[in-house]
Amino acid sequence: MPRAEVRLLAPACGVLSLIAAAAALQALIVTDVVSRYVVPPPTDVVMAIARIVREEHVVARFLLTSGETFGSGLLILAVGVPIGFWLHRSALARRAFEAWVAAWAAAPLVLAYPLFLVLFGRSSLTIVVLGFAAGVAPVVLKTLEGLTATRRVLVDVGRSLQITRGQMFRKILIPAALPEIFTGLRLGLTFSLINIVGVEFLINFGGLGQLINELAERYDLAGTYAAIGFVLLASMVFFACMEHVERWLRRTH
Amino acid sequence: MDATLSVEHVTKRFGMGETAITAVEDVSFDVAEGEFVSLIGPSGCGKSTLFHFIGGLTAEHGGRVAVAGETISGPHPAIGMVFQEESAFPWRNVIDNVGFALELRGMPRAERLERARHYVALVGLQGFERRHPSELSGGMRQRVAIARTLAAQPRILLMDEPFASLDEQTRLLLGEKVTEIQQQLRQTTLLITHSLTEAVQLSDRILVMTFRPGRLRRVVQVDLPRPRNDDILTSPEFGAYVAELWGDLREEASRGLQAAEHAAG
Repeated sequence: MPRAEVRLLAPACGVLSLIAAAAALQALIVTDVVSRYVVPPPTDVVMAIARIVREEHVVARFLLTSGETFGSGLLILAVGVPIGFWLHRSALARRAFEAWVAAWAAAPLVLAYPLFLVLFGRSSLTIVVLGFAAGVAPVVLKTLEGLTATRRVLVDVGRSLQITRGQMFRKILIPAALPEIFTGLRLGLTFSLINIVGVEFLINFGGLGQLINELAERYDLAGTYAAIGFVLLASMVFFACMEHVERWLRRTH
Repeated sequence: MDATLSVEHVTKRFGMGETAITAVEDVSFDVAEGEFVSLIGPSGCGKSTLFHFIGGLTAEHGGRVAVAGETISGPHPAIGMVFQEESAFPWRNVIDNVGFALELRGMPRAERLERARHYVALVGLQGFERRHPSELSGGMRQRVAIARTLAAQPRILLMDEPFASLDEQTRLLLGEKVTEIQQQLRQTTLLITHSLTEAVQLSDRILVMTFRPGRLRRVVQVDLPRPRNDDILTSPEFGAYVAELWGDLREEASRGLQAAEHAAG
């Protein structure tokens, strides 16, 4: 099948599957197989979108949560990649810290939100720092994995051409590790977004997490699910942006 | 600048005490300017170890490697290396791969592209400039690696079994291409290979190595005319050289096989 057709067919399949699942759920709710007081009908959720945009300032909240996630993402990138590189360069550091970083990745950090509240107050800073803490470990580990997996011969090609250390980093190691680094970033940003929305929910402050909390408190199920839809939208926007950035970076190296 | 390559009493031991292995022992030879020399030997005779020493990628060895009398202790600008493994950068297209060394030197883009295009054409890859390595065959990828090394214009070309992963037909065609370029550029060339036919097809001189420890067993002067076309490759003289080399190598290869079987238990 031609590439252009595959490019169109793949998202079409995704959207059609979503519509089919929503239609099936709607049918189950209409026929009372699933209670509408547990799961709202998808049509109600769609109708609620316009309402929460109008009444709950969901766009501003979406931008706030996305901005916090973006801030966390920048911190994750600025800290995670250099730490991954450092662990790659230093065998001692790698032996000493790699297991700790892996343990950090598995820790449910959102539960430590009271500590972050004490340290940074009930503010966006707390949310950004918690998002960073939750998302940095996968970037460190994947950067390390990507650098370690760089084929020896590519490094030797550089050495045989008397490459400088800076050039080796910029022109060989980073491009070779880029797919892994971006896998780490995708994972990191997902963890970050989950934790950001979670902590907004828990401290009832900020963007979409706070809105979900408020709507759930009011038992506005359709509004709650519509707000969750905006969290999914944020996630999709970040994924799409990263895909573009990765493609651009691969072209420019 | 003189492009004579000298290898003097190079020795390398791995490990210590009773478990120490001598990979290369007292290997000495010269490659004259513009000469094409092949180094052949059975697997495990230290050919690739020597390749790394001569290329300056590994400095810990006994003896001396020199270019025009100057001892080298690391990668040398006069030496270009083509590796056995696939080494084209997968994230760069053909033209950017070939222009890599020139980019490192800070050559302006237009000039770099022009020079890279010349070498892309030299290895017969014109029309594929914008393709990435994943879109090319194994032979084409190896030609990209060769063109990248040639574009740096090294006076001495080191090649470590560059055609090892290719099928026989591609090896022969690529071998012809490489000799053609080498004759054109008059580069001093050292080819490391385990292929007898490849060595006879390409070389002015062939150095035969022993199985571990790798020593020089014999030097064979190849007096076949150039270009070595199909008539030469199918001639009795060509076959005689291959048979002569096989006579030398058979014993060494058998020792290598026995050692491998012994190690496997």
